[in-house]
Amino acid sequence: MKKLILLLFLASSLSSAAQKFIVEKSFVSFYSHATIEDITAEHKSANSIFSSETGEIVFSIPIKEFKFAKALMEEHFNEKYMESEKFPKATFQGKVTGFQKQITGAQQVQAIGKLTVHGVTKEIEIPGTLEVSGGKIKLLSKFVIKLEDYNITLPQLMWQNIAEQVDVTLEFTYKPYEK
Amino acid sequence: MRNSIALFLVVAASAANAQDNLMDLLDKETAPSTDYSSQTFKGTRLVNGQTIETKGKGELEFIFAHRFGPINSGAYELFGLDQAYVRLGLEYGITDKLGVGFGRNSVDKTMDGYVRYKILRQSKGAVNMPVTITGFANAAIRMSPKKEDATYSITTEDRMSYTSQLLIARKFTQSLSLQLMPTFVHKNTVDSKIEKNDTFIIGAGGRVKVSRSISLTSEYYYRLNIDEANPYYNALGFGVDIETGGHVFQLVLSNSRGLTERAFLTETTGQFFDGDIHMGFNVTRTFQVAKRK
Repeated sequence: MKKLILLLFLASSLSSAAQKFIVEKSFVSFYSHATIEDITAEHKSANSIFSSETGEIVFSIPIKEFKFAKALMEEHFNEKYMESEKFPKATFQGKVTGFQKQITGAQQVQAIGKLTVHGVTKEIEIPGTLEVSGGKIKLLSKFVIKLEDYNITLPQLMWQNIAEQVDVTLEFTYKPYEK
Repeated sequence: MRNSIALFLVVAASAANAQDNLMDLLDKETAPSTDYSSQTFKGTRLVNGQTIETKGKGELEFIFAHRFGPINSGAYELFGLDQAYVRLGLEYGITDKLGVGFGRNSVDKTMDGYVRYKILRQSKGAVNMPVTITGFANAAIRMSPKKEDATYSITTEDRMSYTSQLLIARKFTQSLSLQLMPTFVHKNTVDSKIEKNDTFIIGAGGRVKVSRSISLTSEYYYRLNIDEANPYYNALGFGVDIETGGHVFQLVLSNSRGLTERAFLTETTGQFFDGDIHMGFNVTRTFQVAKRK
C-alpha cells in the first residue's frame, strides 16, 4: 500500500511538471509612433510560465530592462512615465483558450486575463499564436496598450514626443519546466 | 486507517500543488535582479558644482552656464543684469560610467578639462549598495592676465590649478537625494599672504523633487583650512531645475560668479546674506551622437 501511494505521488508530480513550460528565450518590444520621433525599445529578460494542461499563463517584465536607442529616453521612460522604482514590473496573469497540444504548426489563440502595468490592473484580451515543435512551445503576440488606461500621463511639454498608445510585441520560446 | 490518512494527505497535497499560484512559481523561478537607482539628480551640475551623474554612452551634452552680477549692485547695474559671466562647455559619455568634458569660463578667461568616473552605483536586490560614488578630477588654466600685463613674469605653470573630488550621493526616495563632496583643490601659484596652495573642502548638497519635471537644489562648500587673512567666502547656491525633453534649465542663485572649480570653491567673493547674490542659469542640451551598443 505504501509503495503504491509513493508511486501515485511520484506519478502525479511528474505529470504536473511535464505540463508546465517556462521561458527559455524571450523578446519583448514596443513601438510608438509620434510626430517628432518614433520610439522603440527592446527587452530580453522577461520570464513566463505556461501550463499546457490548464491553459494558465503568467508573464513578468522588469521595466528597467527595456533598452532604448537614446540613454535619455530610457531615463525619462523609467523616471517620468513608468515610475519603475515604484512599479518595477509589468505582469500578466490569465488563461489561454483555443490551444490544443496535439496540433503541430501555429495555432491562433486568445489569452484573457489581468495585465498590470504602472501599478494599474486591467482585464484584457490578448491575441496570439502558439506553435508546438520538438517539445518546445513558441508564443507570438501583438497587442496595443493605451497609456491612459494605465494612468501613464504625459507632461504637457513632452506630449508631441510620445504617442498615446504603444504597440507591444511578445515572443516567448518555452521549454518543459523541471523542478 | 493509517493508510487511508496517508492517501488523503497525498491527494490533498497534489491538489494543492495543482492550485499553486503560477505567478508565485514564476517569481521563484526568476533570478533576483539588481535594481540600480537612476536619475539621482537631473543633471551633471547641482548648482555650480558637480553631481554623481554621468552622461550615457555616446551622449554629448552642451552646457551653457551664465551668472549675472550681484543683485545688490543696485538699479544702476540693473541689479546685476548689466554684467554677465559665461561658461560654454561640452561633456561626452565614453561609456555609461566614464565621461570627459571641457569648457571655457569668462571669469579669468579660464579653460578647464575634466574626467569623471562612476565608481559605485546605488542599488538594491541581488546587489545591495547604499550610495553612488563618482570620482571627478579637473585641470584648469587661467589665461588672464596676459603675460605683458602681469605684475611678475608669469609662466604656464603659474596659471594652472587642479581639483579632485569624490561625489557620494544617495537617492533616499523618489524625491529626495543628498550628496557629499569631499574636495581637494591645488593651485600652483597663490598670493601666500592670504592663501595656501592646497585647500581642503567638504561640500554637501541635495535636491527635492516638487513635480515630475521640477526640482529644487542647493549646495554648500565649506573650506576646511583657510588662513585668517583669506578674503574669500564659502560657496552657497540654490537652484530650480526644470526638465523638458532633452533640455535641463537650471535657475540659480549663488554668491559665486565663477563656474570652474577653482573659482567657486576657493575664490568666491560674495557674501550671500549681504545680498552678493548672482542670479544665473545653466542650460543643457543632450544629443545622442553615437550608438549605445
